Amino acid sequence: MARKDEKNVEKGQEKKPKNTKYTRGIPVAYSNIKDKKLKSRIKKTESRFQDAAEKAEKLEMILPEEVGYLEAEGMEKTYNFRQEELAKNVDINTSKKIFNLDLKDFGPYSIDYTRNGRNLLIGGKKGHIAAFDWQTGKLGFELHVKETVRDVHWLHNETLLAAAQKKYVYIYDNRGLEIHRLKNHIEVNKLDFLPYHYLLASVGNAGYLKYQDTSTGQLVAEHRTKLGACHVMAQNPHNAVMHLGHGNGTVTLWSPSMTTPLVKMLCHKGPVQALAVDRGGNYMATSGLDGQLKIWDIRKYGVVQEYYTPTPASSLSISQMGLLAVGWGPHVSIWKDAFKTKQQSPYMVHHQPSSAVHDVHFVPYDDVLGLGHGKGISSMVVPGAGEPNYDSLEANVFQTKKQRQEMEVHSLLDKLQPHMITLDPTVVGKMDRASKDVISKERQEEYDEAHPKGPIQLRNKARGKNSSLKRFLRKKQHNVVDQRKLDAMAKLEKEKLIRVKRARGEVEEGEKPFTALDIFAGKKAKTN
Amino acid sequence: MKIKALSRSSSDYVRERAQDIHKVQKNLDPTVHPFEKAREYVRALNSVKTERMFAKPFLGSLSGHIDGVYSMVKHPHRLNSMISGSGDGEIRIWDISERESSWTVKAHKGIVHGLCPSPKDSKFLSCSADRTVKIWDQNEGTTPIHTYMGKYAFTGLSHHYTDPLFATSGNAVEIWDQNRSEPIQEFNWGADTTHTVKFNYTETNIFASCGTDRTIALYDLRTSQPISKVVMSMRTNAIAWNPMEAFIFTAANEDHNCYTFDMRRMESAVNVLKDHVSAVLDVDYSPTGEEIITGSYDRTLRLYNARQGHSKDVYHTRRMQRIFCVQFTMDSKYVLSGSDDGNIRLWRAHAAERMGIKSVRERAHLEYSAKLKERYSHMPEIRRIDKHRNLPQSIKKADRLKKQILGNRKKKEDNRIKHSAPGSIERQPERKKAIVGVAK
Repeated sequence: MARKDEKNVEKGQEKKPKNTKYTRGIPVAYSNIKDKKLKSRIKKTESRFQDAAEKAEKLEMILPEEVGYLEAEGMEKTYNFRQEELAKNVDINTSKKIFNLDLKDFGPYSIDYTRNGRNLLIGGKKGHIAAFDWQTGKLGFELHVKETVRDVHWLHNETLLAAAQKKYVYIYDNRGLEIHRLKNHIEVNKLDFLPYHYLLASVGNAGYLKYQDTSTGQLVAEHRTKLGACHVMAQNPHNAVMHLGHGNGTVTLWSPSMTTPLVKMLCHKGPVQALAVDRGGNYMATSGLDGQLKIWDIRKYGVVQEYYTPTPASSLSISQMGLLAVGWGPHVSIWKDAFKTKQQSPYMVHHQPSSAVHDVHFVPYDDVLGLGHGKGISSMVVPGAGEPNYDSLEANVFQTKKQRQEMEVHSLLDKLQPHMITLDPTVVGKMDRASKDVISKERQEEYDEAHPKGPIQLRNKARGKNSSLKRFLRKKQHNVVDQRKLDAMAKLEKEKLIRVKRARGEVEEGEKPFTALDIFAGKKAKTN
Repeated sequence: MKIKALSRSSSDYVRERAQDIHKVQKNLDPTVHPFEKAREYVRALNSVKTERMFAKPFLGSLSGHIDGVYSMVKHPHRLNSMISGSGDGEIRIWDISERESSWTVKAHKGIVHGLCPSPKDSKFLSCSADRTVKIWDQNEGTTPIHTYMGKYAFTGLSHHYTDPLFATSGNAVEIWDQNRSEPIQEFNWGADTTHTVKFNYTETNIFASCGTDRTIALYDLRTSQPISKVVMSMRTNAIAWNPMEAFIFTAANEDHNCYTFDMRRMESAVNVLKDHVSAVLDVDYSPTGEEIITGSYDRTLRLYNARQGHSKDVYHTRRMQRIFCVQFTMDSKYVLSGSDDGNIRLWRAHAAERMGIKSVRERAHLEYSAKLKERYSHMPEIRRIDKHRNLPQSIKKADRLKKQILGNRKKKEDNRIKHSAPGSIERQPERKKAIVGVAK
């Protein structure tokens, strides 16, 4: 076996490397490299990469869980199954995940799950905020802020959360204690958090997209969209680019380092209502008031599929395994494989009677969809939605307190800088393949910017023009005129006159210009 | 209806007892790990920063010699010992772990130019400008076992690895038998004076010497004849054989560089070690043959990877003067330098490394960060931090000046080539520039 492998390596290029999801990028063609050392090094590296990919693929066998599924038999259709029917056919652990919380007074609710999917945060429009472990039902805190809550979002873990309230954004801790009031974020409609960059992004009625670093507290960037009030925002989890949906039907893509949008796409004929991006960063789903639900390929910014919703969809969510949840009116429909091929019927549907769905969110690493609606929140089971196998070092579903603390430290050490957000996240460490001329021109421009040519423009500083007389007059109250003030004004006037004369060159005998040596002259000499 | 939904039982994922280690789940799917490249880069950056933060190479100085330390050698049998000789003829044996001298003798009347162990027994030899070579045994007290009288001042000394023979350098290269009071052989090939002689450890009958006529000569004892010699543009101060590759040796040159040679092909150096700003006075290989330490007249030590051209680290202190001898310890974790100011200084061979037993996790982490650093070493920020060293102003200035001079020479050469007929002027490779010729 070993000998066979060696033979393959020797052949090098001849063996076509198998393309799996674990291979990263295109292998470097090394057969034409003249430099022997470089060639052997690249050859070795490539074979190591390929070996790693193959081993990773083999490791799939020992993964403990498999993706869930829901299949119809005979005349059945999957979209006809109600949650009550599903509950009868699944284990008790799963059936507990189907629940309804009746919170009629303070809705509609926006919801958010932590990155490991354990904790749920709900924020009622009329001021009700609560956080709990939704699987055990253990309440973290519950509070009423007595003002409008437009959106709520967890920060990097379940110890901190942000709420967009009537005027400002507030940060609370896991006991409901207000920690910060972010006065820079005014009238915010949507919040989002970039966990690897520790950036809290907000957009609101003024149409400003703001990034705040939650680890240092700095406002990193403030971008004016110039497209009016914004209600729709979603992050691309693949490259941390923020997608905003606007009232004129466009979707704009933003990064903190650019003051203008990276991309501007016209997606709908009416205002954009909702947005969602899949975790691979390949597809974006948008819905507009024109009743369209469109799937976009955000690698080439082209539309892939177009669906129609009878009522404009108010909320969208894409699960880890690529299911698309659409909340429209009191309905939720879930589409499977909706990106690559046009589906004729949804995978599942759900109806929330006499209540409009406000917010839908798939739970990470679980087959559950959470709904925030006018009369509370609901949770429904959607088999095949979540990633079955979590990675403890990325998001640990069964996290202990100690592990949470450790992870917080490590994630802070690995924090990415805001300027590293680009459309292509693999650009770090890559070779610049632009031609030599282009690179040298860019460098020259950079250098010129840093070292401006020509004489340096000196600021006209009025240094030394202040005098004790002037200061005296300035300090004196304006409306009080006494003898001292009159004297001072007269003296100042006289000095000014002498200065003007001196400038003209008409200095008289008695009015010698004052020199530094005159300091030492006696009083007598001065008067003469 | 066929249905299966994710339902994880906590008993499969949570440890049973508090004494157990936590269960760790792995999923290598790249979509579960976004920004992997960017995060790796940040980790590499952090590790390179912490490495510079923890870089504390100086461990301590061994003071005791009254005059400058001009020769140093590893103890033949004890790992934690070094033998040093100074300008006033004193020899000391140092216990490095205790950082004090355990044995002192006023050995010579002149400067101790050479020291070498006798590999088969616990003795060692010293040679001096007072025209004597003496054999010492630490256990036999402070009187030499034997004294050999020479005709002229000795400048260097090296012992055969297996036989009781040793070579001395001076006005000629002489081979001595330990049991005879007169040299048994004499080699003389052009040079007025030779200042170093070094036996090969593996090919034990071959030795190299360097002389004032800017040559490095190789001799074979079996044929009693010189093998070959290379003439360089400036003189060579010291030679060190690679302990792992028998045919490779490195010569410390007066022209600020060290040249690594393959003794079978001396027309061109295998590697040129640059960066010093003054003459290199001594050179030593690590026992692994992978690293080289050099000491220079510019009062700095430089550490090189044996296969790379520029130093990976430079050590200096305010009080350290011209360095005349350097040694790696046998565990390749420390280096010692002996200088004009009479101190021997003990340094870490890897400035940021911490001694002591490392846990498996710590070791894994260090390996991981070393790999990341290598992978992202071309990134400007990482390269800048990794390369940054605070150097004395004098060395910085000298370095700047030297770079300018070399740059001007390069420019001149470029212009000359540009304005000549194509092919009429050939560019001389750096590895051949300093070599004037080879004689056989």
